[in-house]
Amino acid sequence: MTEDFSRFFKPGCVHRQLYTDPAIFELEMARIFGTAWIYIGHESQVKKPGDYFATQIGRHPVVMTRDADGELRVIRNQCAHRGAMVVATEKGQADEFTCCYHGWTYHLDGRLKAVPLNHGYPTGFKVGDPKMAMQPVARVKSYRGFIFASEAAEGPDLEESLGHMTTSLDDMIDRAPDGEIEAAGGVFKHAYDGNWKVYFENLCDAAHPLFAHRSSIEAAQAQSDTVHSDGSGEIAIRQMRQNGAPYSFWESQVGIWTYPNGHSYLGDYHDDSKLVAALKDPVFRDYLNALEKKKGKKEAQRILEVRRWNSNIYPNVSLMSQFQQLRVVHPIAVNRTVVHTYSFRLKGAPEQMFKNTISFANIVNGTGSLVLTDDLEIYNRIDMGLSSQGAEWLQIGRGYQSDLPDQHGGRKGINSTSEVYIRNMLDAWQGYMSSGRAGAETARAAS
Amino acid sequence: MAKKQKSRTAPPSRRRATPLRGRPSRAEAPLDQHRCMLFLEHEARLLDEAKFDDWLALFTADGWYWVPSESGQANPHHTVSLIYDDRRLLETRVRRLASPRMYSQEPRSRTSRVVANVTIEEAEGRAATVRSKFLMIEYRREQQRLFAGTAWHRLVQIDGAVRIAWKRVDLVNCDAPLDGITQPF
Repeated sequence: MTEDFSRFFKPGCVHRQLYTDPAIFELEMARIFGTAWIYIGHESQVKKPGDYFATQIGRHPVVMTRDADGELRVIRNQCAHRGAMVVATEKGQADEFTCCYHGWTYHLDGRLKAVPLNHGYPTGFKVGDPKMAMQPVARVKSYRGFIFASEAAEGPDLEESLGHMTTSLDDMIDRAPDGEIEAAGGVFKHAYDGNWKVYFENLCDAAHPLFAHRSSIEAAQAQSDTVHSDGSGEIAIRQMRQNGAPYSFWESQVGIWTYPNGHSYLGDYHDDSKLVAALKDPVFRDYLNALEKKKGKKEAQRILEVRRWNSNIYPNVSLMSQFQQLRVVHPIAVNRTVVHTYSFRLKGAPEQMFKNTISFANIVNGTGSLVLTDDLEIYNRIDMGLSSQGAEWLQIGRGYQSDLPDQHGGRKGINSTSEVYIRNMLDAWQGYMSSGRAGAETARAAS
Repeated sequence: MAKKQKSRTAPPSRRRATPLRGRPSRAEAPLDQHRCMLFLEHEARLLDEAKFDDWLALFTADGWYWVPSESGQANPHHTVSLIYDDRRLLETRVRRLASPRMYSQEPRSRTSRVVANVTIEEAEGRAATVRSKFLMIEYRREQQRLFAGTAWHRLVQIDGAVRIAWKRVDLVNCDAPLDGITQPF
């Protein structure tokens, strides 16, 4: 593979090969997922010593654990002996980890604890040898409970890498009256036959809902509100109707902001009182009271005025802070992607709010959702289309000549349907791919 | 597309709304295993034939339909669900299934269901909780998927007809990564 990645870009265009070439995918796993700060999980998923959560960095299996001292660890889920995956269940509680093959047993922090028949190994073999361990991932760092890891021993610090996007993570937490959130309510795992990048490229796309989602928009608009609902269907239907905002609204009222290292967020578009905490609703009124009581009126107002839809932290996590949702993108192959989505409980908020969060999760992230299924279809069709030669250069030029600087060091679209966030991700992509770091000076991919 | 859908419906002579309608003499008959089985087979047939409006009509006015995301999930309110539709959302789902703009159903799925191992778990008066096993093959755009699991129906008799007060579908692979689900089970 040539190192000149600039040949895949022209002003406002990207070559289709980026989404279809297995060799490029392999390099992405090494140079992006192998170096960038990758979101692993939330600390509330491993509350007590011995709690563990098995996940992946790119395609590498890892385990997030809390060790006997209460320290949070991310270790490779791999036996030092013959390489078998040690932790076989997604989450649980353990005193130690034992490989199923020859019984090698590890401490919760990954250090080798005991080896059966240990006299038979070569001279110098010692259970205490740090090389004989479920190896720690090079760097692990928490941002206010959100755990990230990087396989690169050196590189920018997590906070430097997140930049202005820390404000989106802050918004996830600040909305909790008690200042604490917890992952709760299970997980969705939705899958599609397509490249991982197209997922991120859709999350800030304000030009697609009115068209792609019109079957659910029209079905929701035609729905009688007198039919029985226990409250959950009502939230789903309100959300689908919000997607039906006219193009003029999507263009002018939302806003798209991008930041170095591939990050971006789309402004929020909700004005429905059942969906937006800042508006009047009995449940939200209780919530607002709790928030004001704990944080003061002024701070509560500041928090609720932060209105963002999807915040994308490149390359693998996206947040909906206002709706307590978080999505983690797992690339499986160049044409296969799985996305895990989580909900969060705001501590100190009324219980009904969490139930509403679950109803909201079902409609925006559910595998059987009336909305998401059309997005998944789009990802599949992009892959089917890109596999054929013909349209070699894909257009990502909406707003290309009109991007504006942002006061926090980023770029924003002149209006919300600008594709600036795609160009911005591809700039980071080119930086990682050519130099192993995002934001290198040479990286101005498609912009 | 509409044409294609039509070609999958049964010949008119064999159509009937529900096998229990038009038989008032059996209205008060108990919901025994045989009757429940006939009902479940009828429901499966409506779904296979994409008669989603008729399927919706089987539910009570406050009926709900639930496909949990976790094995043994306690309720649909504290944990996410692959599908959890109260009556209002179920109506919207069924209306969308008829939309020519439902791109995830372009082309349409074809399904084939088998229902078996029907047992009555609880019965009182005119209501029964029925457990059954199902297999569903879904074919769409050169790909075939197999779903399997346990269905729980709460069936009630209303004005001589059997209706679904709630239906829970436990997929054996409910917590697996799954491609989009558009077909009710």
